[in-house]
Amino acid sequence: MKADITFGQYCEGNSLIHRLDPRMKIVLSILYIVAIFLAKGVTSFALLILSAVLLVGLTGLSPAMILRGMRPLLFIIVFTAVINIFWMTGDVLLVQLGPVKIYLEGIINAILIVVRIVLLIVATSVFLTYTTTPLALTDGLEQLLSPLKKLHVPVHEFSMMMTIALRFIPTLIDETQKIMNAQKARGADFSTGSLLQRAKALIPILIPLFISAFRRADELATAMECRCYTGGEGRTRMNVLRSTAKDWLFLLAILLLGTAIVLLNTYFPLYGLTL
Amino acid sequence: MQKNPIIKAEHLTFSYPGDSESKPVRALDDVSFEIEEGSFTAILGHNGSGKSTLAKLLCMVNYPDSGKLFLCGKDLTDPDVTDEDILAARRDIGMVFQNPDNQIVASIVEEDVAFGCENLGIPSAEIRKRVDQALEQVGMTKHARSSPHNLSGGQKQRIAIAGVIAMKRKCVIFDESTAMLDPLGRQDVMNTAMKLNREDGITVILITHYMSEAALADRIIVMDHGKILRDGTPSEVFSDPEAMWDAGLDVPQTTELLYKMRQAGLDVRLDLFDVNDCAAEIARAIKRARGGK
Ligand SMILES: Nc1ncnc2c1ncn2[C@@H]1O[C@H](COP(=O)(O)OP(=O)(O)O)[C@@H](O)[C@H]1O
Ligand SMILES: [Mg+2]
Repeated sequence: MKADITFGQYCEGNSLIHRLDPRMKIVLSILYIVAIFLAKGVTSFALLILSAVLLVGLTGLSPAMILRGMRPLLFIIVFTAVINIFWMTGDVLLVQLGPVKIYLEGIINAILIVVRIVLLIVATSVFLTYTTTPLALTDGLEQLLSPLKKLHVPVHEFSMMMTIALRFIPTLIDETQKIMNAQKARGADFSTGSLLQRAKALIPILIPLFISAFRRADELATAMECRCYTGGEGRTRMNVLRSTAKDWLFLLAILLLGTAIVLLNTYFPLYGLTL
Repeated sequence: MQKNPIIKAEHLTFSYPGDSESKPVRALDDVSFEIEEGSFTAILGHNGSGKSTLAKLLCMVNYPDSGKLFLCGKDLTDPDVTDEDILAARRDIGMVFQNPDNQIVASIVEEDVAFGCENLGIPSAEIRKRVDQALEQVGMTKHARSSPHNLSGGQKQRIAIAGVIAMKRKCVIFDESTAMLDPLGRQDVMNTAMKLNREDGITVILITHYMSEAALADRIIVMDHGKILRDGTPSEVFSDPEAMWDAGLDVPQTTELLYKMRQAGLDVRLDLFDVNDCAAEIARAIKRARGGK
């Protein structure tokens, strides 16, 4: 039995965004997040929504799937919306039920905050989680941060750790499953009893799992040494990350978007966000 | 034709340091041998006889306590030997381990094959070329972009072999690389190992428990309690099944059958390791015995 899991939520694809340089995608997502936080007025948010729709379209992924990915955050979204509706005061009173007053500003604020959260999720999904494999992300991060090596930050070591972790997670999940089955065959019960009892039942799984993981680590270290691994120094890579014209075009587009948002904020905000 | 020894070991000893409760374990005791370049050698021995320890010494993962070890003519036990010399020697000798999972580093097949070359600092374009060629050679080209996790044990071992090929190593040690595989996977890995030896002239050292695999080698070294018990061609080593059984080892099933027939009074050769050859020999012997009457 093989555990077939994709980490994060990477979706196979060959779209323009899938093929962007992972380093650029990390930079783009940071810039896009900055742009989202810069937006204050209704107009700038409208522009952001437009760009987000365009980006999702470019990934070729189904929008429904991206929306479904937000389900875990639904509570936070609803919670912030409700707080804004009931606690915001303003000039235009819409409804008054006893002590509860709802203002137009509150509603607009709530909508804009919800849009902001949704946009943040869309931005990271479009640039990172859905279109970039964790391995590419690790490579991208290593190369982006490589100037820090001069400051003795162990960038290569961290990236190697991530690579190995990504490699062994499915193996260890398989192994956990096997150990659980073996313990079940001996009469272990993982699904009933109090929380404490269930936690205790996990000990006979964790101990063999840890022992085996240490043995694997030892063997892997020997194998890596045999393959002449001596750390990051003097190492080359088969796949060199390359930025092409389209990467820089995307960067330009995001910078233009940011500028447009600042301009809209100043000259044509419509309703301003106060938070 | 006289070939140079790629490995020359003289009186190697090695002990694992014991901890507070246990004494040091003497895993290798006065081991001497030479391995010719381009040869195919099998190492046999029961569990704990020191085979893996020897392999790790040859890969320079462990260092001998005493004795001399020459790899490609270079004395690596010389007191003046530098880290660079050891690294250079390690380039030439690769190892394929028993557990296929615990030697794969990357989560994409071709990245794993490239790992060794990347460590050597080879330029990217050259690595690309070597990796594609190595994958082709072990017949794994169509899995280049898959995750090793979803491959069979035999396929994973072939990935490891591709890694060795891509590094252009002169010698590869298989440390019970077929022990965890099903019969098909075993066949796969053995075929690849044979091809490596016959077609590319890579020196192969095969540590195994399967006598049928050992019988394919040019030479067999039998280890017992850290010492070399026997050393010779398969015909020589298997000519005395009783001695092998005494050492807790087996002989190929064909040899065992022929030996039993010989004990029963049939005049047969023992050194036939192919099932068809064995059957033919028995048929011939029976015909001869009938004809003699
Ligand atoms: N890491 C270790 N620490 C201590 N003793 C070891 C270690 N590895 C192997 N040994 C001991 O060394 C001896 C030879 O082991 P090994 O070379 O693994 O044998 P083989 O591969 O032939 O089964 C055994 O007695 C074993 O218990
Ligand atoms: Mg062993």
